[in-house]
Formats: sequence, C-alpha cells, structure tokens
Amino acid sequence: MEAIKVHYDVPGDDFTRAGEASGMLKRYLKKIGFAPDVIRKVSIAMYEAEINMVIHAHGGEIDGEITPEKISVTLRDQGPGIPDVDLAMQEGYSTAPDNVRSLGFGAGMGLPNIKKYTDEMKIETVLGKGTTVYFSVNAQ
Amino acid sequence: MTIADIIRILNAQIICGEDHLDTELHSACGADMMSDVLAFVKDQSVLLTGLVNPQVVRTADMMDMRCIVFVRGKEPDDMVVDLAKEREIVLLKTPLRMFTACGLLYESGLRGGCEK
Ligand SMILES: Nc1ncnc2c1ncn2[C@@H]1O[C@H](COP(=O)(O)OP(=O)(O)OP(=O)(O)O)[C@@H](O)[C@H]1O
Ligand SMILES: [Mg+2]
Repeated sequence: MEAIKVHYDVPGDDFTRAGEASGMLKRYLKKIGFAPDVIRKVSIAMYEAEINMVIHAHGGEIDGEITPEKISVTLRDQGPGIPDVDLAMQEGYSTAPDNVRSLGFGAGMGLPNIKKYTDEMKIETVLGKGTTVYFSVNAQ
Repeated sequence: MTIADIIRILNAQIICGEDHLDTELHSACGADMMSDVLAFVKDQSVLLTGLVNPQVVRTADMMDMRCIVFVRGKEPDDMVVDLAKEREIVLLKTPLRMFTACGLLYESGLRGGCEK
C-alpha cells in the first residue's frame, strides 16, 4: 500500500488557531481506524510541535506520511532556530515570554513530551534560518 | 462519577454539552499549563483550569478528555464554546477556586490518574 500524504499550513499570526492542523490529522487518523493510543501519541506530539511553531517561530508547514506501520510528521519553520538543542530538550527549559505563559504555554515541557510519546524524533535547526522537527510513531 | 455529579459537587453551571450529563468520568487533572496536562496520559476525563482560551479545548481534545471545568467563574467566549461543541466536549463553570474545586472532587472519590 502506498503512503498517504497530508499537508498543512500553519499561520504564525493567530494563536487562537494554533493546533487546528493537529485536530485535523487526529480526526483523519480516527476515520482511517488507527488504535486510540496511537492516535493520541501522534496528536499530542504534533500539537506540541505545532504550538512551538506558532509561539516561537511565526508558523510554518507540516507534512505527514501515513502507512499502516507508522505515522511520520515533519514540521518546518523559518523562525529564529534553537541555539542549544540539548538544553531546549530539558524539562522546564523555556524562553517563552510572559504573554505566552499567561495563555498556558511555556512550561518547557513541549519538546520532552514529543520525545516521550514518539518512537523517533529529530530536530534540525539553523540559527536565523529555521527549525525542522521530525517524529514518527509506530502503529503496530 | 458522572458530569451531573460534578455539577452538583462544584455548584457548577453548564455552558454546553447538556446531552452528555451521564458521561462517566474516571479521573481528573487541574492545571493552567497545557504542556503539564499533555505530559501525563492516564485516561483523565476532566480538566479543571483557570484559562479560557481555545487551546484549553484543543488540549482536552488531544487527550480525549470529555469535560472542562472553568474555575473562578471564568467565562469562555463564543469561539471557545463553538469549538467545544464541535469536539463534543462538555464545558462547565464554577465560582470555586482551583484548590477548592479539586479538593471537593477528590473528597468525592475522583482521583488524579497523574500520580506516579
Ligand atoms: N520551532 C522552534 N523555533 C525556535 N525555538 C524553539 C522552537 N521549538 C522550541 N523552541 C525553543 O525550545 C524551548 C523549549 O521548547 P518546549 O516546547 O520544550 O517548551 P516551551 O514551548 O517553552 O513550553 P511548553 O511547550 O511547555 O508550553 C522553547 O522555549 C524555545 O526557546
Ligand atoms: Mg512548547
């Protein structure tokens, strides 16, 4: 069977819409009939990464690839990049400003959560150019 | 515990989701940081929070939670209510503060599901 490909554009200027793409993929995976725990892992990881894209990097693009064996998601942005990825991966590390915190984000738990719920995770980042976050979740 | 029980215990008002009052809830989570909610998956079915932005509904949706309780009488706007209706998530509001609301539910037998 050929992989199903999905694509979403994430606007960077509207926090209220952040997470729309994750909601769409979640409902799509449900329709296809993946197990609830697999869907939940993909949804949480993608939601965290999508929110990061909006609050730290002015939005971007998301590509997903779905096969019966695994679901892979790549999120690309052209934001400021991450100076120290190891540091960013630590629980509690956040550069989020107060206005983001007052919206319920900035605990420094997003990237660690993505790592926790996925079977594979990669971050490529270039300062001043942008960040690509890739992850996959095995479906079997 | 059902959503109807929560309404009684917290002296809560229903904002939307009248059709789901007999939904069974197994555990709860109280937080104002959404990534803290997302960090522990243990079939929590109700989220208590002092925030009222759309990300609260999206977070609950990602976690398959069935009910959100806004504490301190916070009132979400129409956009948030519409999103919750679309995702079939029940919204409640209580005048109680977070600590008291969580305490009353705990006392009535609801547990965190987040404890390690
Ligand atoms: N796409 C990105 N572009 C630039 N910086 C990023 C990006 N994603 C994460 N970061 C940086 O890594 C830090 C840690 O990210 P993480 O998602 O773990 O926490 P957070 O977003 O600050 O808070 P939370 O996810 O708990 O709401 C961020 O504060 C930010 O400095
Ligand atoms: Mg984050």
